[in-house]
Amino acid sequence: MYAFEYVRPSTLSEAERALAAQPGAKLLAGGQSLIPALKLRLNRVPLLIDLSAITGLNRIERRGNLLAIGAMTTHAEVAASSVVKAAIPGLVHLAGNIGDPQVRNAGTIGGSLANNDPAADYPAAALALAAMLKTNRQEIAADNHFSGLFAGFAEDEILTEILFPIPRRFAYSKFPNPASRFALVGCAVAQAATGVRVVATGAGANGVFRVPELETALSASFSPDGLKRIVIDSSNLTSDIHGDAEYRAHLIGVMTKRAVDACLA
Amino acid sequence: MSETGIGKPVRRREDIRFITGNGRYTADINRPGQVYAVFVRSPHAHARIRNIETTAAIAAPGVAGIFTGKDLEADRIGKLICGWMIHSKDGSPMNMGAHPALALDRVRYAGDHVAVVLADSVEQAKDAAELIAVDYEPLPAAVHLTEAQAASQPQIHEEAPNNTVYQWHLGDKAAVDAAFARAAHRTRLEFTNNRLIPNAIEPRAAVAEYDAASGGYTLYTTSQNPHVTRLVLSAFIGIAPENRLRVVAPDVGGGFGSKIFIYAEEVVCTWAARKIGRPVKWVADRSESFVADAHGRDHHTVAQAAMDAEGKILGLRVRTKANLGAYLSTFASSVPTYLYAPLLSGQYDVPAIYCEVDGVYTNTTPVDAYRGAGRPEATFVIERLVEVAAREMGIDPAEFRMRNFIRKFPHQTPVLSNYDVGNYPACMKVALESADHAGFAERKRTSTAKGKLRGLGFSAYIEACGIAPSTAIGALGAGVGLWESAEIRVNATGTVEVLTGTHAHGQGHETTLAQIVSERLGIPIDQVSVIHGDTDKVQMGMGTYGSRSAAVGGSAVVRALDKVVLKATRIAARCMEVPEDSVEFTDGVFSARGTNRTMKFAEVALQAYLAHKFDTAEIEPGLKESAFYDPTNFTFPSGVHIAEVEIDPETGNTRVERWTAVDDFGNLINPMIVEGQVHGGIAQGIGQALLERTVYDDTGQLLTASYMDYCMPRASDLPSFDVAMTNTPCPSNPLGVKGCGEAGAIAAPAALINAITNALGHEDIEMPATPGAVWRAVALRAEKRAAE
Repeated sequence: MYAFEYVRPSTLSEAERALAAQPGAKLLAGGQSLIPALKLRLNRVPLLIDLSAITGLNRIERRGNLLAIGAMTTHAEVAASSVVKAAIPGLVHLAGNIGDPQVRNAGTIGGSLANNDPAADYPAAALALAAMLKTNRQEIAADNHFSGLFAGFAEDEILTEILFPIPRRFAYSKFPNPASRFALVGCAVAQAATGVRVVATGAGANGVFRVPELETALSASFSPDGLKRIVIDSSNLTSDIHGDAEYRAHLIGVMTKRAVDACLA
Repeated sequence: MSETGIGKPVRRREDIRFITGNGRYTADINRPGQVYAVFVRSPHAHARIRNIETTAAIAAPGVAGIFTGKDLEADRIGKLICGWMIHSKDGSPMNMGAHPALALDRVRYAGDHVAVVLADSVEQAKDAAELIAVDYEPLPAAVHLTEAQAASQPQIHEEAPNNTVYQWHLGDKAAVDAAFARAAHRTRLEFTNNRLIPNAIEPRAAVAEYDAASGGYTLYTTSQNPHVTRLVLSAFIGIAPENRLRVVAPDVGGGFGSKIFIYAEEVVCTWAARKIGRPVKWVADRSESFVADAHGRDHHTVAQAAMDAEGKILGLRVRTKANLGAYLSTFASSVPTYLYAPLLSGQYDVPAIYCEVDGVYTNTTPVDAYRGAGRPEATFVIERLVEVAAREMGIDPAEFRMRNFIRKFPHQTPVLSNYDVGNYPACMKVALESADHAGFAERKRTSTAKGKLRGLGFSAYIEACGIAPSTAIGALGAGVGLWESAEIRVNATGTVEVLTGTHAHGQGHETTLAQIVSERLGIPIDQVSVIHGDTDKVQMGMGTYGSRSAAVGGSAVVRALDKVVLKATRIAARCMEVPEDSVEFTDGVFSARGTNRTMKFAEVALQAYLAHKFDTAEIEPGLKESAFYDPTNFTFPSGVHIAEVEIDPETGNTRVERWTAVDDFGNLINPMIVEGQVHGGIAQGIGQALLERTVYDDTGQLLTASYMDYCMPRASDLPSFDVAMTNTPCPSNPLGVKGCGEAGAIAAPAALINAITNALGHEDIEMPATPGAVWRAVALRAEKRAAE
């Protein structure tokens, strides 16, 4: 780890000032990716601004047809939330299966979405649910944010809240990489008034993406039966030592089917 | 009978210390004025070093010294050694390349040691290390085992043409050829025994200091055998004579073989402590452990079996290439030769065996002994062969094994081993019952109804532990003897200290060795302390590996206790004023036959030190005895493991549903500890078969160099183990014990792959059977069926 400065502001405006004052400063929102990278000297920062002491950033509440989750809410808090469970039970399941207990008690939903690891779980849910990402400056539609790897926030922007429109049905099914327990392939399926979305994570080098052929099939009939015949194109999918593109393409079909099963259970 | 004696499931005394964070590991040791060592490692698998520029680094804050291989050479520090000479089939000695502790002009694997930086803090040392400019001329690398011997491949050491260290063989080729000629059925398999990365929970570490006043060095190190470390550092590396070098291996958090070896870091830290006049501390980080701890396994094998029409094995032919990595680690040469081929007969009466092994250099991390060391590889060969042969011949795999089991002992195999005792059919019968083998068909139907594939596989393994006697292994090329020492110090109040030359790094010796004393002297174990791991306390020993500590080390304790009891009996006779031959010692009490006189052990101990009641010209005062014990033979633990799996054909995911282990370890000192050892071994074996994959890319970069990519077994990957024992006491040592530390890791891989291939309906799967690989194999089966 290279030496760095560390501040832990108690208000959002303090954090904004610190961020503006130090070029290259990074926000710490749980640190489950950033801290290991720093420890391995793969990353070097002049200043870490720890957002964990800012009050109000871990609020979970229902606002009409929206579920609002503060950006600094930990995975464990989401997994244990009765509000989330009542609104979008599939998110409870998703959060409860991220990493291990240590990760879930430190990692946050905002950290996961901002970092947007191509095998992370939350980005799949955010895109499938057409979430809005609220920052200190604007609201960004997940559709825009997840159009490419690490696209999104400006240097001085701080993610504060995620707004999930409550769908009719939602489920996330993950086939974990046996080593890292990140998604080898994970599929989020949401059925809402606006239509059906199927989003895959872990399978593309540029992060999460929608799977139109599965969306079309499920829009016609929201049932697992029709999915088996659909062959997912593997040509743009990730191949690595844990699975080739063909295997990942196959798993997209299987995990989507299982997510649909869970939606209907 | 003592409550804490032999055979009692006494809770491990050391665990309170370990689980409450009160262990004292090498990294916990700090010496005044110490500097921290950081090693500059090669990023290339193979390169020439043109120049090492250290000017900027030496001027960096906190830097106390920077050294390279040239500095070691200038001080005439010897190179690392391989302590087992193997001769090729043509009689020539193995072709060994030099192994400098810090590279001289070439690096031979990614992670090879190039320089050491010593600084006031770890971070300063790392900062300075980044300022060192090493001018590398990258060379092509020979990475893959099966290709490395080709003439077109880069030469790794001038001393080893075609990267071949040796071409060794064992057995009778002509007899095997004849067996194959008359066989009714032949089975052939070709497979890889996958390379494993050890991953002890405690990374390696070393703290070295030099005392100018006495001229003595102290090295605290993560070692399984501190005395061997001292011997090698003295006699071969030449750092200091043994009487000026103290090596301490304090609490050590797991070894699995990887801490047997004498590594570059220990050499450099010890030497540098004197060079700069300050203690030197090095603690590996996990990333370093992945590339710099000796790896395990890594064989490529073609194995053939010849059977008569009834399924009786007539002969085995085995051709193995063993990857030894870029340099020969301390015992690397012995693992794929004398620790491997002598076990190829398994539990079976096989008349003829011929095994050829090529030891091969590659531009990868050195490979050496890892839990089981050669024996898991041998078991995988024979247990995959018999399973597949049985399936091919349409014979039930259990029945096939029963037909071929050795039934008379002692049994001389065609590959050196002389099995002393065992009862293999008994073990198989218990295993079949415990595993509810009869109910498997019904369980398979249930799985099939759920769309899952279910399979069952056997592994009837044998291993050789407590390798000995020393004369025999010396004749096979070993550079050491493999006896063990013990000293029993009885204090005046009757408490006892046991000094052992074995070393515990998770095995529980502080409990088991104390139980032996408790049993023999009739005192509770809280009056017994076990001391190990310090060359200033224990005079000499050979350490712990190869499941030897109970069979060899425990036997040495027994011999020393015999001497203690003998002397105490003489003293008791004098005190009770009766003839020596009328004194009996039972349950901690000396009694004089035909009288009502008795003395407790503690009373005799006190008299031994008072020396008031016997003639000290006849009997020396005090009560302290020692013994060196050299066994008459190896021990041969054996057993039957049965794995049952359920495969999800949609994802390729394999769940281990049931695991039955029936082991014959001879007598048990502590059944709870034995069971724990079996559990750990099975977990590691399941890890090898299902999860742990080591991948080098074509340039020799280790791609699985962190837990993000290298998959260690987790509790959720494992079923609840059903463990049972049968018992044929070992005749080759006074305790009748055989050794249990490696059994699970030896048995498990073959059982699991046999279960998976049984579920798949074909043999086309390699270890580890990752979900992706199994999914492919399922698809292959579907294609095969479609073709039929």
